[in-house]
Amino acid sequence: MKEVSGTLRQDRAPIYEALEEFKKMRVVPFDVPGHKRGRGNPELTALLGEKCVTMDVNSMKPLDNLCHPISVIREAEELAAEAFGAAHAFLMVGGTTSAVQSMVLSVAKRGDKIILPRNVHRSVMGAMVLCGAIPVYVNPQCDDRLGIPLGMTVAEVERAILQNPDAKAVLVNNPTYYGICSDLRSIVKLAHQHGMLCLADEAHGTHFYFGEHLPVSAMAAGADMAAVSMHKSGGSLTQSSLLLAGPAMQEGHVRQIINLTQTTSGSYLLLSSLDISRRNLALRGREAFGKVVELAEYAREEINAIGGYYAFSRELINGDSIFDFDVTKLSVNTLDVGLAGIEVYDLLRDEYDIQIEFGDLGNILAYLSIGDRPREVERLVSALSEVRRRFGKSRAGLMRQEYIDPEVAVSPQDAFYARKESLPIANTAGRVCSEFVMCYPPGIPILAPGERITKEILDYIRYAKAKGCSMTGPEDPDIRRLNVLKEGE
Amino acid sequence: MEFWFSEHHSKDVKFSIRVDKQLFSGQSDFQRIDVFESPEFGRFLTLDGYMMLTEKDEFIYHEMIVHPAMAVHPNVRNVLVIGAGDGGVIRELVRYPEIETIDMVEIDPMVVEVCREFLPKTTCGLDDPRVHIYYEDGLKFIRRKTDCYDLIIVDSTDPFGPGEGLFTREFYGNCSKALRSDGIMVNQHESPFYDEDAVACQRAHKRIVESFPISKVYQAHIPTYPSGHWLFGFASKKYHPLRDLNEKRWNDRGLHCWYYTTTLHKGAFYIPAYVEELLKHVEAAD
Repeated sequence: MKEVSGTLRQDRAPIYEALEEFKKMRVVPFDVPGHKRGRGNPELTALLGEKCVTMDVNSMKPLDNLCHPISVIREAEELAAEAFGAAHAFLMVGGTTSAVQSMVLSVAKRGDKIILPRNVHRSVMGAMVLCGAIPVYVNPQCDDRLGIPLGMTVAEVERAILQNPDAKAVLVNNPTYYGICSDLRSIVKLAHQHGMLCLADEAHGTHFYFGEHLPVSAMAAGADMAAVSMHKSGGSLTQSSLLLAGPAMQEGHVRQIINLTQTTSGSYLLLSSLDISRRNLALRGREAFGKVVELAEYAREEINAIGGYYAFSRELINGDSIFDFDVTKLSVNTLDVGLAGIEVYDLLRDEYDIQIEFGDLGNILAYLSIGDRPREVERLVSALSEVRRRFGKSRAGLMRQEYIDPEVAVSPQDAFYARKESLPIANTAGRVCSEFVMCYPPGIPILAPGERITKEILDYIRYAKAKGCSMTGPEDPDIRRLNVLKEGE
Repeated sequence: MEFWFSEHHSKDVKFSIRVDKQLFSGQSDFQRIDVFESPEFGRFLTLDGYMMLTEKDEFIYHEMIVHPAMAVHPNVRNVLVIGAGDGGVIRELVRYPEIETIDMVEIDPMVVEVCREFLPKTTCGLDDPRVHIYYEDGLKFIRRKTDCYDLIIVDSTDPFGPGEGLFTREFYGNCSKALRSDGIMVNQHESPFYDEDAVACQRAHKRIVESFPISKVYQAHIPTYPSGHWLFGFASKKYHPLRDLNEKRWNDRGLHCWYYTTTLHKGAFYIPAYVEELLKHVEAAD
């Protein structure tokens, strides 16, 4: 754990304090941003508020510089490292996508292999396109009843490691979007025994560092890096994130990698939100997440009492592919109500003015966080009860969401940059895809560049489109055509 | 000494009552509760600074939210009242001997405690043996009820704050489910006058129309509520508020009221043109 220099304690927020101090100085701005404390853009000032626009300032001596932090940003990073039990913490302003990409780019270069589950976020695949690394997929087990991808079993990871002893790292979702955790401690141990690093995508796991009786966090499990979405369960502003590193990583090297793609005009709104959120979590996180857990448990009980819906939880734990479950996630299977998750998702928004995180073919996820109150949970439960009463059908006719084992024909980078042709989607079976196809959310690829297209994959895309899933990725936004590699090259 | 209670009726309009003294101030788990004594309106209750009732004009609201439905439905036995912690609705309901049970669901026990102590004129019916008080969220309570009430009265606060869930489609849908096939729901329907209130009023009407085959709005004049012009919703699965009004039956009861008469009942459903327009607008949207 990082020792914080001097007398800094977790109740401090160095970036926030420096901004407050800076405001009192009434410095005359002849630098960017050009709105000059909002004066040049009165409509924006009216929308966001004067306080907000006056904090939108540039890097300067009293406020430090994100690319090369030496004062208040450095202190904020040290405090974050201490709070999360990491050797180093990097404040990120390009979303957790940039944290994940910096993590992958820090450990792999062209031709290097990374062992990972298929249900990774698109940002992982994007990093592979950028650096030329080669994915080695481990089949995440699938729960037949729920139709969701689970975690990786330790045995499957071991098999992949033994078959690919030259792989550089193992990447683990901790947890998945649905709240499912693999046995991270054992996977870390296994990776380290074989000289590999272990990376964790903790986009949905910020609270693991602060709550009680929650799954183990990546840093506590001994992982080497973790991308942590502070803006999800941590409460900071959208697009702010953290990249954590363990003692095996070189801080300077990681910072160089981050600086390849991160902005040189880091937003102080985002940075101060990270600083304040870290302080809040360190001081009050345990209590706050205790309440979130209580609320989620209550919601599950009430939803399961409606009938038809299955709000699943720790009873799924099987010691391996579901090693642990994040009880703050309110994931609900809708198939026994006779509706696809995406249909319930749409009904909640269109009929009841309730926006949930996502709906896939069989499930919905309502995101609970430190900002939720019981009265909103009552609305959600009542609306679900009404959706069942008004729209419920028999279960028949819903397709199971099944794991389709991808065949990686060429590396994502080679496929992305290869000569390609556009074909009507129906004619693409057997060809190698050169682009991503995703259901969004949750943003998990159905096809990634370099993968062979199969009939099962095409059936799945057609079905998901028909159910109203929002499909993204390909050049053709309607996904009537797909780009595939030219044959014979 | 100048001591005034003021409430914004819109961003640019303020309504004030001279206060003699403050009798109570407290913070519950849900809201701030205050009781004042005033020379003009007698005692009055505010929640989060919003006027709930005064001793002088509460009779208008409470009579008008209860008696119109009772004069239409021929056989009310089981009643559900949501909110109503001040007891005024219950006081009017217990005047009907044929009512067998009154379930009152109030989220905030402190409101009832405070009203029992300071507003005995409205809480006097709460100890009637037919009344059962449940301290829980109305939205949650009604989720478990099916086909078991003849009348539901929604005596909610404004749709900003703890009462918000009682202005939603999921709530009205659940009410419809909880009512018998000839049941009636009456709700506090906000005011059509100031812009922000009018929007709330429109939204509520839209959602009720979506949940009930008959959905009408009637009005009363309540001096201490914003603009003084207040609406109630009459939503029903079977009975029409005017065609099924039985004046003789109600008048034979000999109930004395200060505001409600069966003649006024008929007039109350004839609403101003601009309100008709406001409501028609959302009815047509479907």
